[in-house]
Amino acid sequence: MATLRLNKVNKAFGEFHVIHDVDLEIQDGEFVVFVGPSGCGKSTLLRMIAGLEKTTGGDIEIDGEVVNDISAAERGLAMVFQSYALYPHMTVFQNMAFGLENNRMPRDEIRQRVHDAAQMLRIEEYLGRKPRELSGGQRQRVAIGRAIVRKPKIFLLDEPLSNLDAELRVLMRAELTNLHVRLRATMIHVTHDQVEAMTLADKIVVLRDGRVEQIGAPLDLYNRPDNQFVAGFIGSPKMNFLAAKLKSADAKGVVAEIEGLAEFAVPADGRGLAAGQPLTLGIRPEHIEHGKAGNSAVRGAVTVSEQLGGESYLYCSLPNGENIIIHTAGQTGARRGDGIDMGFPSGLIHLFDSNGHALPPLSA
Amino acid sequence: MFDRTLTFLTRRRGGKRWHITDILTWGYLLLGVLMMFGPVLWLVMSSFKTQAGLVEFPPTFLPYSQQEVAVEGYDKPLPLFEVKMPDGSAKVMAQVRRIGIVSQMVDPENPGPPIKVRFQDRTPVRELSFAWENYITPLEQFNFLRYLWNSVVVTTVATFITLIINSMAAFGLSKYEFRGRTSILVFIIGTLMIPISVIMVPVYLVVTKFGMVNSLWGVILPGAATPTGVFLLRQYMLTIPDELLDAARMDNASEWQIYWRIIVPLALPALAVLAIFSIMWRWNDFLWPLVILTRNELYTLQVGLNAFQGELQVQWHYVLAMTVVTLLPITFVFAFLQKFITTGIASTGMK
Repeated sequence: MATLRLNKVNKAFGEFHVIHDVDLEIQDGEFVVFVGPSGCGKSTLLRMIAGLEKTTGGDIEIDGEVVNDISAAERGLAMVFQSYALYPHMTVFQNMAFGLENNRMPRDEIRQRVHDAAQMLRIEEYLGRKPRELSGGQRQRVAIGRAIVRKPKIFLLDEPLSNLDAELRVLMRAELTNLHVRLRATMIHVTHDQVEAMTLADKIVVLRDGRVEQIGAPLDLYNRPDNQFVAGFIGSPKMNFLAAKLKSADAKGVVAEIEGLAEFAVPADGRGLAAGQPLTLGIRPEHIEHGKAGNSAVRGAVTVSEQLGGESYLYCSLPNGENIIIHTAGQTGARRGDGIDMGFPSGLIHLFDSNGHALPPLSA
Repeated sequence: MFDRTLTFLTRRRGGKRWHITDILTWGYLLLGVLMMFGPVLWLVMSSFKTQAGLVEFPPTFLPYSQQEVAVEGYDKPLPLFEVKMPDGSAKVMAQVRRIGIVSQMVDPENPGPPIKVRFQDRTPVRELSFAWENYITPLEQFNFLRYLWNSVVVTTVATFITLIINSMAAFGLSKYEFRGRTSILVFIIGTLMIPISVIMVPVYLVVTKFGMVNSLWGVILPGAATPTGVFLLRQYMLTIPDELLDAARMDNASEWQIYWRIIVPLALPALAVLAIFSIMWRWNDFLWPLVILTRNELYTLQVGLNAFQGELQVQWHYVLAMTVVTLLPITFVFAFLQKFITTGIASTGMK
């Protein structure tokens, strides 16, 4: 078990600068998820931590020791790959034992460790089989087992669930959480799936174009996104964004105006901004009250109504031509073409300035 | 099993009737079989012919030899002929000697004084007979087993070294990024364009300096690294996913272990192909061993076979028989290894 610290870490492939000044601290036993759209550098960052890619700037510290020039083999980490990367010519047992043999561990202990891990992952009966004789979920377990037997300082998981079907993914997600609790291990998990990130993580690191956009607990990211990118990335369906204008800002909050629609009083600190500045107003689909004229009522028309039984999605158009999604629990009677009143609760409205930064909440 | 084979062989596109494509297919395939196996079959058949049978005209496919019979009053057995007698009847007689266009013949049953028969009135009586002595004599009298052993040593050792060296080079060229990687590969492949006759003299000089003339090492080492092998293995190794190597690195494997425990087992199908090539090259190699080896006891089979060809006379019956013998091992090797080729790509265990 170990702590990890990244200090202004940079990576460039020739002229392409893919990781920019990443600072990050991971505590012992934390489950950290790197999340971001594909191509954001999250896998590269993970490979740099693993030691499979060299850093071109900054330091990586494990347990306080700078490991920049220590090889992957000697860092004492274990990695689960997206493709599992099981050795096709070896049996499950040999796959799991390979790393231990390389460490010159006595045979008895290898057998003991492999069997313990196999038992934990319920793959004992497959130990004699080759990877090609296993299903996707079983291979996944073997790949995780190969990491577990090493008793690594940190587990690195590179999109380990992305090759599984939806049902299995939910199952394996729960198993990963269990595993983390049981092993009390430090884990770093890379994914592009924000649901995976929300459900697994103690701490989420949102990356975009090689830069850290925000680091925080899942609900902090959901409730208080630092910027428009994080706001849009975390949460499903995506947060609605509407173009607005700053009408006034004072010690009591901000009044934002969506032209031709309504004005919204938001308890945010916009005192540094001049009136008339463009803003973006964000409201999550599940936070919109509808069917009644609440605070700052807006009237729209339903264009598509998706009724899933337990929940409903209403796609609406606003009089100013913008579209908005409403997510609500249960079933609604709304149909295509119906008029609909919506209310944006002022405490749940997010405002972003023209650079995409969130306006900070009013400090008491 | 037999039923299925028969159904398979008699399957026709036209159903019950022959479709034009059926005829063309069969014709094409039969032609192929004839072209591929005809010479080999001819070789095998001819290797059983006597020296006289080989030069006979018109040539026969099966090994016939003239029947001979022991006749009272003559030391050697005499050849039998069917003779057309002056009265029109036919009779089997033994030939004592032939003078010009006249043969002197006796009746083998009842040898009296020889009678004269015209050359064109007799035809030889022949029987199917296999001249096993073509095989036995050289095996007994010549150093054939010694040559065979030398060939086996050269082939196995050279193939082994070739596989090791070429796979290491291919591993480096396929899995490591370094400056000049492509140029090195192009350079290696470029050497394919240089024929052996061009480099024969310089290589010979080098081999001489190393004191390897008249040593099997002098035959083995110069050809151990082959551009074909490097290229073949490199192309195959490119298909082995890099993530496996990364996984092995995370598993604390040294680069040598990655090569030996991951790359080599996964490249087995390609290695088998190269092994077949190497065995065939080495087994059939003639020119280079001929240059390097001058002592009889070091000859490989192909050089040894050459010994049956004198300046004035070629002992074709021995050459042919020993050629058949040299073909046998390579045939077995091919039959054994070809299943590795068709096994093809080992399932990769990815995804």
